[in-house]
Amino acid sequence: MNLELTPEQIESRKSFSDFVDEYIAPVADQYDRNEETPIELIKRLGEQGFLGAFIPEEYGGRGMDMVTAGLLCEEIGSGSASLLSLLTVNGMVSQSILKWGTNAQKEHWLPKLATGEKVAAFGVTEPNIGSDAKSVETTAELSGNSYIINGRKKWISYGQVADLFLILTQCDGKPTTFLIERDTPGFSTTPITGLLGFRSAMLAELHIEKCRVPEENLVGKPGFGFSHVTNVALDHGRYCVGWGCLGLAEACLQASLSYTSERKQFGTNLRGHQLIQEMIADMITNIKATRLLCYHAAYLKEAGDPGMIMETSIMKYFASRMVNKIANDAVQIHGAHGCGSEYSVQRYLRDAKIMEIIEGSSQMQQIIIAKSGYMNFRLEKRKK
Amino acid sequence: MSTDEIKEKIKAFICQFVQNVDIPDDEDLFASGLVNSLFAMQLVLHIEKEFQLKVENDDLDYENFKSINTITDFIGQKAPNNE
Repeated sequence: MNLELTPEQIESRKSFSDFVDEYIAPVADQYDRNEETPIELIKRLGEQGFLGAFIPEEYGGRGMDMVTAGLLCEEIGSGSASLLSLLTVNGMVSQSILKWGTNAQKEHWLPKLATGEKVAAFGVTEPNIGSDAKSVETTAELSGNSYIINGRKKWISYGQVADLFLILTQCDGKPTTFLIERDTPGFSTTPITGLLGFRSAMLAELHIEKCRVPEENLVGKPGFGFSHVTNVALDHGRYCVGWGCLGLAEACLQASLSYTSERKQFGTNLRGHQLIQEMIADMITNIKATRLLCYHAAYLKEAGDPGMIMETSIMKYFASRMVNKIANDAVQIHGAHGCGSEYSVQRYLRDAKIMEIIEGSSQMQQIIIAKSGYMNFRLEKRKK
Repeated sequence: MSTDEIKEKIKAFICQFVQNVDIPDDEDLFASGLVNSLFAMQLVLHIEKEFQLKVENDDLDYENFKSINTITDFIGQKAPNNE
């Protein structure tokens, strides 16, 4: 067992961190207040190849190994959880195309999504449907050699600016996924503002009214849209979010270490107070535990091991819970300052809450993790 | 790899996910509710890793994944050199 990063991974992490320090961290609070990600920043992420981290080189991506790509998510997540969600949703669509798309879809879309020439968003959630994703109400009907799609999608990260959408529908009662381009007649988006967190993630509601898409836009086959296509996307999303939580937690820790080293109360720095030390110690310990879960998920994903699905679920569950506790403590440590706009920790706390809801809420993770536990228990009993 | 060997490997994998160890080889795994939707992708990953083949868009046919028998046939067809 080797848990050390390779020299290449260390070098990559440094370059990601430098990028975040220069282009993201200094402006993340401002973008959060403006509820916007400037197009220039999205282009810059594309130029760096960050949007194509998980896309193989043969399709114009960076083809990073799973640890390196995870480190990228961690670093971006430390700068802005909103911006991380761009990598997440663009990746969810590109991974779905990579796994279940036709050769034509791969050749057409992946090079564009890898470089940011086009940006993709993922459309499953609807006004009436959240966790029960396979029951979406958006419909697709075959009409000649195309499909007519009708429905609404809600809470779609980067829905305001994405060029391409992967949409889960019911086609003759079978979960089925389609690619819909923004300029398709009948397609429009409405911005969602005033969110608790992810404020610069440019969420939108999608209106899909009699959108005619060619059958070439079908991803996978009818009936496989949830079990195969959406589950690939969600697994990828959880992987990115888990690592992103690690980065967000690190940002909370660093802010807390810095603040407690400077702030004095009762004649001494906050760092000298044992109740503060307790919170710092818990932060450090929980971050280290999360990192090990991230590495394990990366190892299984790299190996294509079926166990990666459960481990990624466990990692996302633990990481998103962990970062909520840490962000909460970070605000507590900062006191009134932590509630104001001068420090980033209030943004960290707001974003942390979103992490526990997206790509499968903590409660959905609990259900599948517990079921898996009983399955393993049964298996062990059989072996004896 | 012989058909029997493929079948045994698939059975062993599926048995991890179901309560009833003795699943008939032609039982419809999904229709009978023996497995959940997460299992679908775990099965794909298992087939790819264990039998060193790639399950792709064109393979998304319910028949290919329906039962122990059809999964075995599918693998046999995808990897004819295994025989």
